[in-house]
Amino acid sequence: MKLRTKRQKGSIGKGSIGQSAAATLTSKPGQALVYLLVFLWTIPTFGIFISSFRPEIDVKTSGWWNWFFDPGVTLDNYRQVLSSGPGQDDLWKFFLNSVQITVPSVILSVGLGLLAAYALSWMKFKGRDWVFVGIVGLLMVPLQMALIPLLQLFSGGAHIGSVTIVPDLNLTGKVYGVWIAHTAFGLPLVVFILKTFVSGLPRDVIEAARVDGAGHATIFLRLVVPLSVPALASVAIFQFMWIWNDYLIALIFAGRDNAPIVRHLATLTGTRGQSYHLLTAAGMISMVVPVAVFFALQRYFVRGLLAGAVKG
Amino acid sequence: MTEVFSAIVISVIALSVLVGFLAIMYWLVGRLPKRWREGARAWVFLFPTAIAVTVGLLIPALRTIYLSFLDDRSSAFVGFSNYLEVFTNEGTRLTVFNSFSWVLVGTVVTVVVGLALARFADGMRTESAVKSAIFLPGAISLVGTGLIWGFVYAGPPFDVGLLNQVTGWVPGLPDSLGGSGDRLWLLERGLGGVDPPDTAPGVNTFLLIVVFIWGQAGIATVIFSAAIKGVPTSLLEAAKVDGATATQTFYKVTLPYIRSTIVTVATLVTIAGLKAFDIVAATTGGRFGTSTIANEFYVTLFVQGRGGLGATLAVVIFALVIPVMIINRRAQARAEEMLGS
Repeated sequence: MKLRTKRQKGSIGKGSIGQSAAATLTSKPGQALVYLLVFLWTIPTFGIFISSFRPEIDVKTSGWWNWFFDPGVTLDNYRQVLSSGPGQDDLWKFFLNSVQITVPSVILSVGLGLLAAYALSWMKFKGRDWVFVGIVGLLMVPLQMALIPLLQLFSGGAHIGSVTIVPDLNLTGKVYGVWIAHTAFGLPLVVFILKTFVSGLPRDVIEAARVDGAGHATIFLRLVVPLSVPALASVAIFQFMWIWNDYLIALIFAGRDNAPIVRHLATLTGTRGQSYHLLTAAGMISMVVPVAVFFALQRYFVRGLLAGAVKG
Repeated sequence: MTEVFSAIVISVIALSVLVGFLAIMYWLVGRLPKRWREGARAWVFLFPTAIAVTVGLLIPALRTIYLSFLDDRSSAFVGFSNYLEVFTNEGTRLTVFNSFSWVLVGTVVTVVVGLALARFADGMRTESAVKSAIFLPGAISLVGTGLIWGFVYAGPPFDVGLLNQVTGWVPGLPDSLGGSGDRLWLLERGLGGVDPPDTAPGVNTFLLIVVFIWGQAGIATVIFSAAIKGVPTSLLEAAKVDGATATQTFYKVTLPYIRSTIVTVATLVTIAGLKAFDIVAATTGGRFGTSTIANEFYVTLFVQGRGGLGATLAVVIFALVIPVMIINRRAQARAEEMLGS
């Protein structure tokens, strides 16, 4: 299925009927509804944003809307979560853990996915279509299906009877295990989106390079990689947001010491339920990166989303 | 700072080893006789992905199906008794009901809100700002989302909950609906004077579904918006010439035209709803009648340590995803046929 995307800019140009049709579609009650929904959608986030800058006593005793009548701004909440007390780790550590988990996982899944997409699009070998169908078919498998056995593999290896096929890799609680899990779980979607893009690259260009004597490695590095940058950006951002915001995989595969910030936030919510003022600041810090990435690269993110939505 | 440094070094080394290995393999394969070369080179490109998804997804998934027929310590074959327990145990029955509520209510409301926003924001001067605002929750982790909504649902002893403030302010609202402004949302199961027993669904699940919809609506809006802009202008003009109102045009032209997109979005939200774990785990932990299959999976497996039942719940999620995908495929094919594209 092809997703029907933006109609050409020219067709909704000045004075065309398309323009007037669009204008009449947006009635006054319709606009009011839109603004009402925007208000409802923004207010919860806005509340925690305001709360994170309020003094502890205010956060605990009055709702954040009282801030408008009794404004008091402090950075104490942030200062407190970012400095480490005795026996406690500061938020920086978990923030960096998130980076350490997310960046390599994104590079791995997108890099390997592009290699596979190239092979599936431009190299001839037996069973090519079946391999593609197999990989994409795995999109259906919820990751819950894979968690237990993968964890067993990481903690005890694989054996059939008494024969050891894979030795005990001792990967539980290690960052490598988290990378592998994210890469494996992310690859089907990455391959699907990138294959659609890479197989759509102009045949003439690739054929011409081949005629000039370029091998697959050269074509891949010199042509396919640079030409695929927009698709790579979309997929990378998509993966980045997913991995940064993930909780389940981090909970199961990461250790206490290399837990990402999202998991730490969940722990804080459980153990420091009374420290509302600290939770707001910690929550805001955990959101900074994905929200910044989203706003900076919104265009690519939406494109990746649309490409992902095509899957059926 | 040394930690950061070592993390970077480890990551760079791990990635270079992989790249070096692939380069050597590629070079070695180039020494092969010509008729094997092309195929072997393709597999050099493919094998990291093939191994990752086979070892990380395919084999584990098959093994989970196998484990679901074993007892909780994976030592004896028990047939279908785990499956029987899922569907007969009162606690898990509530869980299954809750998951269906997530899928049904969550999907329908998300699709309707997404369509309404995409339709009415289309052509507004503030359109992109509106879409960003609606989309923002989608960029926040579900754990963060749970935290944010904790401030909406908070009740005594913390008088900081927005919902209590609002319901307390509405005149004439009964206490069970928060009329006195001190209801324990998410902790009390009853609503409007009805107090359900522990095995019956309460209102709390729906409070969490609201959070879910809040997070998903942006994605739906963005996709619908792209689809609505893709409706050919000629069709809209024709409808206008024939004297159709904006409402008629939307229902008779736009909606049928973007049908396959609606199916796609509904599928995405449905699957997200079936996998709903983070919101539940980060807010109630599945207590107060809010557990879903995906949360029960986690609790059964990693808190109670019951391997067989945990595996069975994972298979149940998978089994529920398959029909959704098939319905999606069918509807997709029908929609394409209708459009003749």
